[in-house]
Formats: sequence, C-alpha cells, structure tokens
Amino acid sequence: MTPEPTPPVSLRGEPRLQLLHISKRYPAVLANEDVSLVVQPGEIHAVLGENGAGKSTLMKVIYGAVKADMGEIMWNGRQVDIPDPAAARALGIGMVFQHFSLFETLTVVENIALSLGGEFDLATLAVKVKEVSQRYGLPLDPLRHVHSLSVGERQRVEIVRCLLQNPQLLILDEPTSVLTPQAVRKLFETLRQLASEGVSILYISHKLDEIRELCERATVMRGGRVTGEADPRQESSASLARMMIGRELPHCEAPLFDGERKPLLEIRSLSREPEDAFGTRLTDIALTVHSGEVVGIAGISGNGQAELLAALSGETPVAREMVHLCGEAVGHRDAGARRDRGLSFVPEERLGRGAVPAMSLADNALLTAHREGLVRHGMRRFAAAREFAQRCIERFDVRCGGSSALARSLSGGNLQKFIVGREIMQTPKVMIVAQPTWGVDVGASAFLRQTLLDLSRSGVGVLVISEELEELFEICDRIAVLAGGRLSPAVPRGQTNAEAIGLAMSGLFAQPTPERAHAA
Amino acid sequence: MLLEPRATPSRWMSYAAPVLAILLTLSVGALLFLALGIDPHEAFHVFFIKPLADANGWSELLLKAAPLILIAQGLAIGFRARIFNIGAEGQLIMGAIFGGGVAIAFPESQSAWLLPAMVLAGALGGALWGAIPALLKTRFNAEETLTTLMLAYVANFILSWLVSDPWRDPAGMNFPQSVMFGDAALFSMLFDGLRLNTSVFITAAAVLLFWLFVSKSFLSYQVTVGGLAPQAARYAGFPASRTVWLSLVLSGLTAGLAGIGEVAGPVGQLNLNISPGYGYAAIIVAWIGRLHPVGIVFSGLLMALIYLGGEAAQMALQTPAAITGIFQGMLLFFLLACDVFIDFRLRKPLEKRRAAALAKKRATA
Ligand SMILES: Nc1ncnc2c1ncn2[C@@H]1O[C@H](COP(=O)(O)OP(=O)(O)O)[C@@H](O)[C@H]1O
Ligand SMILES: [Mg+2]
Repeated sequence: MTPEPTPPVSLRGEPRLQLLHISKRYPAVLANEDVSLVVQPGEIHAVLGENGAGKSTLMKVIYGAVKADMGEIMWNGRQVDIPDPAAARALGIGMVFQHFSLFETLTVVENIALSLGGEFDLATLAVKVKEVSQRYGLPLDPLRHVHSLSVGERQRVEIVRCLLQNPQLLILDEPTSVLTPQAVRKLFETLRQLASEGVSILYISHKLDEIRELCERATVMRGGRVTGEADPRQESSASLARMMIGRELPHCEAPLFDGERKPLLEIRSLSREPEDAFGTRLTDIALTVHSGEVVGIAGISGNGQAELLAALSGETPVAREMVHLCGEAVGHRDAGARRDRGLSFVPEERLGRGAVPAMSLADNALLTAHREGLVRHGMRRFAAAREFAQRCIERFDVRCGGSSALARSLSGGNLQKFIVGREIMQTPKVMIVAQPTWGVDVGASAFLRQTLLDLSRSGVGVLVISEELEELFEICDRIAVLAGGRLSPAVPRGQTNAEAIGLAMSGLFAQPTPERAHAA
Repeated sequence: MLLEPRATPSRWMSYAAPVLAILLTLSVGALLFLALGIDPHEAFHVFFIKPLADANGWSELLLKAAPLILIAQGLAIGFRARIFNIGAEGQLIMGAIFGGGVAIAFPESQSAWLLPAMVLAGALGGALWGAIPALLKTRFNAEETLTTLMLAYVANFILSWLVSDPWRDPAGMNFPQSVMFGDAALFSMLFDGLRLNTSVFITAAAVLLFWLFVSKSFLSYQVTVGGLAPQAARYAGFPASRTVWLSLVLSGLTAGLAGIGEVAGPVGQLNLNISPGYGYAAIIVAWIGRLHPVGIVFSGLLMALIYLGGEAAQMALQTPAAITGIFQGMLLFFLLACDVFIDFRLRKPLEKRRAAALAKKRATA
C-alpha cells in the first residue's frame, strides 16, 4: 500500500467504528460468533445481553485487551489492527472495565498518572482529576489510597481516568451498577454532552430503563451471536428483556410467611471506629431480622456499608453483645464461628473475597461449604466437592465450563449466582447478601430475588444491603437506610416510598431512632 | 517495559521455568569456567558426572539431599501461605543442640530409646525456634523474615558458646566441639563403608506425609487460600494466626529433624560445622521444586549434586569453594527471573507497535 494523505477524522458518513464478522473462542465456549456492529460518530449505542452473552469479550476485542480469532475492525473508515490497549488508546478508544484494574497501594492520582503514561506532574494532574470529577458528578479525592475506596468509588476513578484522555469512542461496561441515581443523572448528562461533541459511546448495562432513556441504537446478543437490533426508545423494558433472554421476564412473588416470627439476627447499639482514616464510623446501629422476612438496607456505598457487613459477618469482630445470632451473643466471634452457628454471607466483592480467583469452582465450594460433608477427618473429599459444585451450577444456572472452571473465568453475574447458590445450599438460618444483583442480567436478577424471597419464606432471616431501591422495594418486607454510619429504623415497605428513602439516604431521617433520642 | 501481563497465568511456563533456569545456570556456569581458564566440558564432567560414578557418590548424594528435602518440605508449606521463614538454618542448629544435648546428657547410655529421644528433642528444639517468630508475628506483627533470620544468628551463638564452654570435650585439645557420640546415639549405616544412614527414612516418610498433607488435607487448603486471597480466607473464617503458627512451627520442626540427622549422622558430635548452609539452600530447593512435595525431591537431589560437584571441582580443578554458592545463587536468580513469565509475556514484536504508533500519528494529524 502506498501512503495516502490522511482523511479528516470525522469524515461525514464514515462510521466511527465498524466490526465485521468478529469471532472469539475460549477453550470452553465460543464467546463471540460472527458479530458485526456499526457505531456512528456521536452515537450512544447499547449492547444488551444476558450474563455470558459475550458483551465484555466483544468490548475487549475493540479495546485490544483480547485478540479476536477472526474478523475485521474498521476505525473511521480504515481497517486497523489493535494489538493492545495502548494502541486502542492511541486511536482514541477509552474503556471502563467491569472488573477494575487499579493498584491498591497507590493513590487515585498516582493510578491515573500510571495509565496516562509519559511525563506528568502529580500536583497539576490532581487538580485536573478534581476538575473532571466535579464536572461529571463523580466526586473523588485524588489523594486517597485506592485500597480505602468502595467499589463504587473505584469505578469513578476508572471513568475519570478515561475522560481525561479525551476519547473519540468511550466504552462503558456496566458503569452505573454502583452509582447513585443522582450520579447516574449527571453521568447521562455528561455522556449526552460528549455525544453531541461527536464522541461515540458503547454502553453496556442490565438496566433496561436506562438504556431506553439514553441510547439511540441497541445491539442484542445471546450466546455469543447478534440476535437483533433495535431502537430502544421505541421498545418497552419488557420487549427488550424478551429479546435478550428469548422469553417473558418472570415476576417476583412474595407470599405471606405463616411460620413463627422469631428474632434471628439482632444488632444491638453497634458502634465502631473505622479501621483506616477514610472508613466510616458506625454509630449506634440497631436492627432485628426475624425468621420469614427480608429486611433491606438502602444507601450508597461508602456510608458504612462495608464496615457494617464486616462486623456482621465476623470478618472484623466487635464487642460480644453487639451482634446476636439465634439468641446467642456472637459479636466477638470470627466469621467461621458465626457460620458454624447458621450464618451465610454473600459479599459485595466476588473475586478475591467471596471466591478465590485462581481456584476452581469445586475448590471454591470448599471455601465455606466444607461444613456440608466436603471434609472428613480433616481430609478433603474431592468427589463430594465436585458434586456439590455441580449441583450448585445446575440449580442456579451458572454458565461456565463446569466445576473445574476457574472462578476468575466466570462473568460477574455467573460467579454471583455460584456464590449465592453455595451459601443457600448450606441451609442457613440467617443469610446476609450485599448487592445481590450487581452486574447480573435481568433474567438472572429476577431469579436471584425470587430465590431470596423463597429462602426467607422457608423460615430464614434474610438481610439485603443494596444500592438499588427498586430491588429493595421488590423483595423487602422492611427497609432501613444506612447514611453516614447511622441506620434509620426499618419501616414496613407499605409505609414508605422511594422519596422518603431517598431523603433518608441523604442523611435526614424522618424521626430519630429511640435509642439515639434517649442518649441525647 | 518490554513485558505485559498475560490474560491468564501460563501453566506451561510454570513447569518450563525451572528447566529454563537450569539451562541458563549451566550456560553462565560454562562462561564462568572459561573465564577461570578451565575447559567447561571437563568442568561439567567433574561437577555433574564424576560425583555419581560410584556407589559412594550416590550415598553422598542422598546423604546431602535428605536434609535439604526435609527442610524444604516444611518451608514450602509456609511459602504457599506467604509466610517466609528464611531462618531454617537456626532451627536446624537448635534441633541439633536439643537432640545432641540428650546424647551428651547420657554419654554412657546403650538404650535403644536414646536415638528416638534425640530425634524427638531435635524436632522439639526446631519447632520451638520456629514458634518464637510465630509468637512475635501474631502478637506484635513482627515481620517473620527479619525475626527468623536474626534468630538464626542467635542459634549460632548459642551453639558456639555451648561447644566452647559447658559442652566442650575435655579431651578435645581445646577445639570447640563436644564429645563424639556413642553408637546408641547415632543412626546406623545402611551399607558397609558408605556414610548413608537410616535417617534418610525420616526424609522419605516426611515426603509421603507432606504429599498427603498438601494434596489431601483441608488444613493445607486453608493455608493455601490464605496465601492466594487473604480476604477470602478472612471471609471464610480461616484464622490467619493459625496459618502463621502452623507454617513456622512445622518448618522449624523439619529443620530441627534435619539438624539431628546431621549430628547423629555424618558429623557425630556437636561442633561449629554442623551444616554447610542447608537451611538457606533449602529455600532455593523449595522454590525450584515449585513448593510441591514431589518437585522438592528432584530439586533437593539437584542441589545436593551441586554441593558434591563443588567439592569435586575444588579438589580436581582447584576452583574456589565459593563456586557452590555461585551455582546455587544463579539457579534461584534465574528461576525468579523465569517465573516472571508465568504471569507476564514479552510485548508484541516491534513491527506491530510501530503500526500502532503510526495509527496514532494519523489520528492526530
Ligand atoms: N478469560 C476467559 N477464559 C475463558 N472463558 C472466558 C473468559 N472470559 C470470558 N469467558 C467466557 O466467555 C463467555 C462470554 O463472557 P463475557 O464476554 O464476559 O460475557 P458478558 O460480558 O456478556 O457477561 C462466558 O461464557 C465466559 O465464561
Ligand atoms: Mg460482562
């Protein structure tokens, strides 16, 4: 080829990005099969599909993080080869990953400096970070260490990092899972503004109403193939869901509980200083979860959620009387001892906490389900662990390469189904779940929510901590709000609404809790 | 940098790395011999072939490999949990002192129970010397890398005080050494005229037990989780302090056993040359053996061969004694370097990067 004069970047009529017949095979699955897709300049384009449909893989192909086996990529009308993310960034492609890739021991601004490469001055960069984060409604302290950030805050770092590079195409893989409703509004404004300036956006989300509001085109994927294209503004959430999962979306059923209502998990004036300087102090938290009910805790991550969960699970023991499990004071006991007494727990971080990334699903079953006969006389029973994992995979419809698949090879939603399944199969008396459906597709979310409801109606006390109000209103019998390390009283679902909860989330409780009024 | 992370760690590379490391060590070793004016061909023959030419060579090989393998088995448990005991040498010496102390306390004993008592005392001494860093770590969060190493020096000083004062052999012409142990205090020889003794069975049994422990026990699984994902271990409620105690006490115990194997074996008394650095060399053995009980057997044999080869080369080629240490050090160095390629790979060839740079230029033009 002879070198030609370079055409202007935004040549009219030239698509920004064109994928032609992309295929990618992993050992166990065909993740992308003959996928074609066109994105115009300034277009906000949604990619829809169940967990494991191949969306993230396709995005990684565009970003150069995964090499396609077949197919071509056209960028502004020219065929390009994108061997690695650096090349993608050089072309003007930015991506916010579903799993974050930040260095825990560095500060926010240091992390961003590293990814920008080249020469930089930390002080001016910190100012820029601050500016961009404020402009886009993504509040961030550039000097904080990443290890002290919540999942939601880490995602903000990733988004800001991309925006600093002035991309022509921005890929967002489930960006809003952990943002507050207001922040989602702000982000949408930003994205619309970026689009009006000609930046194209590829947007993956499981929240169909968001997609209907934001996107003008949608490509639907199922099992690695493109199964349809739609204008989401012309569709209903139900019709989009149908395209995604190939059938009607099930509805959650919350039957009445007719068993005896006993207190199972009692939190009694729990207070705790944070472990590090940026944690949240828990102040005088009180809550009781009874058999047969689902209690929800609403609120935005970073308001004491992580600290409360660690205190309840036993990962950071507290004073003996602060936590009661089935009538026994267990506040001082560690996680294992609480599990021995009937507690199950699904944490927010699936990889590295709820599961060991480098271990197989069978080995990960052993992590907490060793109480289910997977160990005898101190020796592992491998066949039993495989069998347990296999049952979990089947019962909870985990899409993976079998019980020997490594935990880190599963997509987020499927790993979540496995962890929830593993915990439920231990027939707990109390089940605590953090962000049950974060990153889980609509079909699987409905299934998980119904599973938690059914679990509670079998006499288990279920505590759900979630940022998604809709989810809490769908499954919870009572809802409390955690804001600034204080917990509002749990109110029956029928006696509250989204506005009241939203108000409480900003820290203004309708009335002070009796305990605190007393102390004052 | 020329490296980029792999999407998934390469399993192939984790087995290829030790082989690659050995090849690199040999190549650099050849250059080294050339620089010393020695024909590498002859040097390698002296180093690696001649020591194994007769029965005595094999006996010496096993005699040296046994303590290395034994100690490395214990160390590997801790390394899996990221508990780095680098003071096994001190635990070995403590084992020798405790076990040897029993022999010195009953100099006339002919009892069949004397040797078992020494073995027990040796294990206890080593375990105790491992327990101190465990206590310091769980109570005061003191780094075990520092405490184990410092305690190794302490053990050495205790030994030299003992053999130069209270336990010195009165008939020993003022040499810092104890009396020679009686027959009842020594492992018996396996073959006439060879130094190989029954203590190898301790190592053999240990390999079997450690293999069982690592591949089958739930406790070993918990330790491994603690090393791979500390948060997951905390989430599951596997106590971190138990892992610390287990790793350090167990590796101290095996080192103590190795110590008694030396003093009740080829050395036959307490003196200042109980071990030619087995406790340190075993660290390399554990890594090269991929922390795997069977892998450690092979790497232990290799390391023992380097010891023998180094001695043979000293005699036949007048090379300096340091050559043994150089080979051991190179082996570890190259292994760690090759290990990088388990998780990383070289960047794509230059051509593709040029293409990317070109694309960038065009896009900004
Ligand atoms: N690194 C990997 N190794 C093996 N299989 C993978 C890997 N990454 C993804 N997969 C598999 O490819 C399929 C598509 O995954 P993904 O693209 O993450 O889906 P989505 O983002 O739509 O949820 C899944 O079945 C997943 O298990
Ligand atoms: Mg995905």
